[in-house]
Amino acid sequence: MEFLPLLQYSAPVALAAMGEVITERGGIINIGLEGSMLVASYFAMLACYVTHNPWIGLGAGVTGALVTTLLFGVFAIYLSADQVVVGSAVNLLALGVTGTLFRSKFGQSGQLLSVPRIGGFHGVDPIMVFMLASAPLLWLLLRKTGWGLAVRACGEYPKAAEAAGFSVSRLRLQSLMVGGFYSGLAGSYLALVIAGSFAENMTAGRGFVAIAMVTFGRWKPQFALIAALLIGCAESLQYKFQTYGWKVPFQMMIALPYIIALIVLVLVGRGANAPGALAQPYRKEK
Amino acid sequence: MVIGLVAVLVLTLLVFRLPVIESLKLLISGAFGDQFAWSRTAVKACPLLFTGLGMVVAWRAGMYNIGGEGQFVMGGICGAAVAKFVLVGSTAIPGWLGSLVILVACGFGGAAWAWLAAWLFVRRGVAVVISTILLNFVAIQFLGYCVSGPLQQKKQEVPLTDTLPDALMLPKPSPQMDLHFGVVLPVLAALVVFVYLYRTRPGYRLRLVGENADMARANRIDAAKVQIQAMLISGTMCGLAGGVEYIGVAGQLGTDFSQQWGFLGIPVALLGGLHPLFSILSAIVFGALFAGSENLARFTNAGATLVYVIQAVAVLGYVGIKARSDAVKAPVEAG
Repeated sequence: MEFLPLLQYSAPVALAAMGEVITERGGIINIGLEGSMLVASYFAMLACYVTHNPWIGLGAGVTGALVTTLLFGVFAIYLSADQVVVGSAVNLLALGVTGTLFRSKFGQSGQLLSVPRIGGFHGVDPIMVFMLASAPLLWLLLRKTGWGLAVRACGEYPKAAEAAGFSVSRLRLQSLMVGGFYSGLAGSYLALVIAGSFAENMTAGRGFVAIAMVTFGRWKPQFALIAALLIGCAESLQYKFQTYGWKVPFQMMIALPYIIALIVLVLVGRGANAPGALAQPYRKEK
Repeated sequence: MVIGLVAVLVLTLLVFRLPVIESLKLLISGAFGDQFAWSRTAVKACPLLFTGLGMVVAWRAGMYNIGGEGQFVMGGICGAAVAKFVLVGSTAIPGWLGSLVILVACGFGGAAWAWLAAWLFVRRGVAVVISTILLNFVAIQFLGYCVSGPLQQKKQEVPLTDTLPDALMLPKPSPQMDLHFGVVLPVLAALVVFVYLYRTRPGYRLRLVGENADMARANRIDAAKVQIQAMLISGTMCGLAGGVEYIGVAGQLGTDFSQQWGFLGIPVALLGGLHPLFSILSAIVFGALFAGSENLARFTNAGATLVYVIQAVAVLGYVGIKARSDAVKAPVEAG
């Protein structure tokens, strides 16, 4: 498979995964990633359908994802609720809200609708460029800025960050919203570049794939990008195999990155680069 | 809780500008209107209660199992494998025993899949949340491989397994209805889980480990062992959910075998207060909502998606209220 289509195909997972790296480094695991991507897809499509301008669609999609992520953040950070519980609820909510809105506006099965797409130059679109630039940018943000250090402290040992005078809640919310922004790009990209349309549950687990790729990419933005490209590559190989008529179970190829991620976790174990306080709600001591 | 749910239901209908009274009528008649509606409600509640119980046991032990989906699927695969390679075509085994063997295989498959996540957590410190997400994907791909490979139907046209002979399916009171006698199984399981959690020592230890694993260890309880046990029970329940869906409703496996049942167990368990007996109630409520929404979908543009909204809002409301009352009770987190 050629490189550009592969890049395009992998972009939603790659964008969401890189954003989720920042979120998880701050100590939050956004299980609701799938939901915020789906909301972004729907509102990107809707705004684009109404205005015929894909860029307004992109804006609407990102806004939708930010609002969804904020909802997650209020519960997970300010109410110290369990992140898995809230994330699962957000996913269900997104699936239900987008599905119901879509059906009530476009009919029971959802007519075949098509909206203008974001154009590119020889197959290279601006979001793709932004995605490639994001790997070094996010690396710099995490490793070379004071904000990045503070966020990582919140993920490793929030009490120390609080003692050093940082607001754990605020930093965690900020890192969560960075992830939300990227999930918005990811969902909009799916609707406005790849599909040019919307379908119920169109993200189809890509948000969870992104969370898995964060693990596979050892909580580093650059590795998360590579991981997402690898899985895109594995998935695209199935079509190759089918055209050649090879009898290789392509499902094994698709499952491979997840299995590798598990094996890496087994081998590295507790010494993994996982943030120390990942998924633990933080309550400020009074 | 019931009043809250009705309020959420009415609000949701209002938000989506559906006629409230009409929709409520359709929902109720679809869920409880006649014996067919009742049977649909029961059949939908059945896997929900099984996966819900799975979540209750695991989460009570502090193991955030969100791999119900994978365990459900692996249960189905094990059941289908046993059915294909052992039972179908052999006349020596009576049908009821065959069904039982399939169910046992399903429970075993789910338990084995959950055990992997438990082992990763106990021995290698891998968060259960992460490992179960990964294992879900592996299970779903494995299902895709099985139904187009070793378990595929004899004709090999579409990625589906052969339909089970009626003898191996769970018996039904009436051929016209969806209802099968398997619906009593999760209720029995809920009673067993209740007795286990609240009336036995291992159950007490399990809850203690979930409350505070360090305290449990200080009291010479082997927390790792308890956590593995909890995951094994949880996986068994999710595998059985796959089992009743397989030999009660579907009769065959395809790539779309699990309709999110594994994930839907989470709201069922949470709104049942992570208690096995209250989970029966919440499973019936959600089963009824799913059955009713099928009826609603026939006359309006809304459908099952509406139930997701209601579930999600209910969970968020529950979590919000609980967080506020917790904040009053215990403002400072213990070290």
